[in-house]
Amino acid sequence: MRLYSLVVYVFLYAPIAIIALFSFNAGRHASDFQGFSIQWYGRALNNPFVMDALETSLIVAFITATLASILGTLAAVGLQGLRGPARAIFDALIYIAVMIPGIVIGIATLIALVTVFDVMNPWIENLWGDADNAPTLSMGRGSLIAAHTMFTMALVIIIVRARLGTLEQSLGEASADLYATPLGTFRQVTLPLIAPAVLAGFLLSFTFSFDDFIIAFFVAGSETTLPIYIFSSIRRGVTPEINAIGTMVMLASLVLLIVAQLILRRGDRT
Amino acid sequence: MKYDRGVLNDASTAVAELRHVSKRFGDVDAARDLNLSVASGEFLSFLGPSGCGKTTALRMLAGFETPSDGEVLIDGAVVNTLEPFRRPVNMVFQSYALFPHLSVFDNVAYGLRQRRPRLSRAEIAEKVSRTLDVVRLGDFGARRIWEMSGGQQQRVALARAIVNEPKLLLLDEPLAALDRKLRKAMQIELQDLQRQLGITFILVTHDQEEALSLSDRICVMRDGRIVQIGTPRELYDAPASRYVADFVGSSNFLEGRIGRITSGHADFTGVSGHSFSGQAGPGIEEGASGTLSLRPEQINISRRQLEGGHAVTVQNRIFLGEHTEYVVRHDEIGTFIVLASRRAEDREPPLDAGTQAYIAWNPDAALILRAD
Ligand SMILES: Nc1ncnc2c1ncn2[C@@H]1O[C@H](COP(=O)(O)OP(=O)(O)OP(=O)(O)O)[C@@H](O)[C@H]1O
Ligand SMILES: [Mg+2]
Repeated sequence: MRLYSLVVYVFLYAPIAIIALFSFNAGRHASDFQGFSIQWYGRALNNPFVMDALETSLIVAFITATLASILGTLAAVGLQGLRGPARAIFDALIYIAVMIPGIVIGIATLIALVTVFDVMNPWIENLWGDADNAPTLSMGRGSLIAAHTMFTMALVIIIVRARLGTLEQSLGEASADLYATPLGTFRQVTLPLIAPAVLAGFLLSFTFSFDDFIIAFFVAGSETTLPIYIFSSIRRGVTPEINAIGTMVMLASLVLLIVAQLILRRGDRT
Repeated sequence: MKYDRGVLNDASTAVAELRHVSKRFGDVDAARDLNLSVASGEFLSFLGPSGCGKTTALRMLAGFETPSDGEVLIDGAVVNTLEPFRRPVNMVFQSYALFPHLSVFDNVAYGLRQRRPRLSRAEIAEKVSRTLDVVRLGDFGARRIWEMSGGQQQRVALARAIVNEPKLLLLDEPLAALDRKLRKAMQIELQDLQRQLGITFILVTHDQEEALSLSDRICVMRDGRIVQIGTPRELYDAPASRYVADFVGSSNFLEGRIGRITSGHADFTGVSGHSFSGQAGPGIEEGASGTLSLRPEQINISRRQLEGGHAVTVQNRIFLGEHTEYVVRHDEIGTFIVLASRRAEDREPPLDAGTQAYIAWNPDAALILRAD
């Protein structure tokens, strides 16, 4: 049994370890190790294409995480008031949203957005009057952020709901009893108490959006995010530079996930 | 300031009033036709067993529940649908419901900070520290809630409510979570505080001793109804029904039939065939079945034959400190609980189990009540 689990772990982590190891390869080929060097990290960070993709990814991830945590928190708080079958249905829908494969979300969002754009664009042209200079809706950062926000919002709802569930109902009543308006209660009692969950939701959404390839591949249009860049350069062969980028992305994601966990744990103690 | 019974009939001083108030939750009647008027400065208790609707009554006054029927008045105005945050009423929750993310000081300051126009920082600090002194937590302002003991948390909850100087303070079993000794101490503090501040208190409790020792008036509830309202003395000496006699203090009950009723007195025949007489309780009818109620401390017990006494066998003796409780059995009438005071024992040594003895009581001490 022990041997078996050892094999499982080796199987899981060996490829990742190899990527990390070969990112320090002095040679130019991914497959044979010719001494230790950090030159590929320098190359990666000086590559303008990488930096552009990184910038796009960071901006998309930041806006996604911000929107998802605001919308998700409001939805979770709103859902608190719901009882009975309506609540069960909403809960189920949220869990399903998280479990739907990325490829389905990618295709569905693509089709939905294209359909909407096809309807909207002639309309906007008409309103604008000047058909040549009228703004057109198309795939790009906006659609990418929309798709990511939709998906990660469900994550935030689940995390915040769990936290709300642990709060005593009487805290809200005590606040109302002490003359706080419903908005005042939300600001002074509910929000501070769920803040750790909201922050954790933000970090998870950020990580998800930053790492996502599948959904981005469908809806990013001409935008290149870091995962899309990696994918397209791999087609020209795996270089130690890609390994270096992969290692850095992995490390950043890991740190964010751990921080999110720590925040949630600390929040539970109060 | 002690509440004076005279003001009770003066409607203009009623801080809170319930008029034919009912509350249904689905098919549960949590409150049925409640009628009550609470005078300014009064200390009133809701007393009753679990599930009788005490919390529901309190929550309708606080504004967390809307009555299904009837009117809730505060200061003479109907407030049925007025939101809790607009009511000049504060509540101490059974679970305390202290804000875990705020310090003791900030918890107490919470209500003051909601006021518009705003109070100045200095004014808030002044009021909060004065109130913390009142509940003897002067040095604890900076503490976190979870660093406080149960009794201290209870006092924070109290301070958080009274700092607002509400017209009416509602307390939902505030002492239930405390151990017996601390509870006693807090009861005394509560009573002192109420007299000192002159705030009207409504206390929910299922502890009859607590209700008896603290309240100006007690409102005994059963199945969502108020069955009797009165001063602790009235409820103890003149319970209107067997239920109240049983719930307020303890009593010996004999089942039987009510005989002739004359000017406040009634005859009574127990199921054993023995005849007694006693004071007539309210609403009894000749010939109807009823209950004779006899407080344990009203019964005299002695080795010697007492005038009009009944011969009994001592079955058990329980030493209670101030008193000694005897369980005695009469072959035909049944079992009695007798409470003998220390002074009675000075005259006669305690009776051992198995000894023969006699019990007797003044007929005026027996109450003939309707059966219910
Ligand atoms: N929100 C609610 N929904 C449904 N039923 C309720 C609700 N609140 C109270 N009840 C019911 O109303 C009845 C009275 O409840 P209430 O809480 O007022 O009792 P209580 O006298 O305070 O009891 P306890 O001493 O146990 O606190 C109970 O049967 C209870 O189950
Ligand atoms: Mg209750």
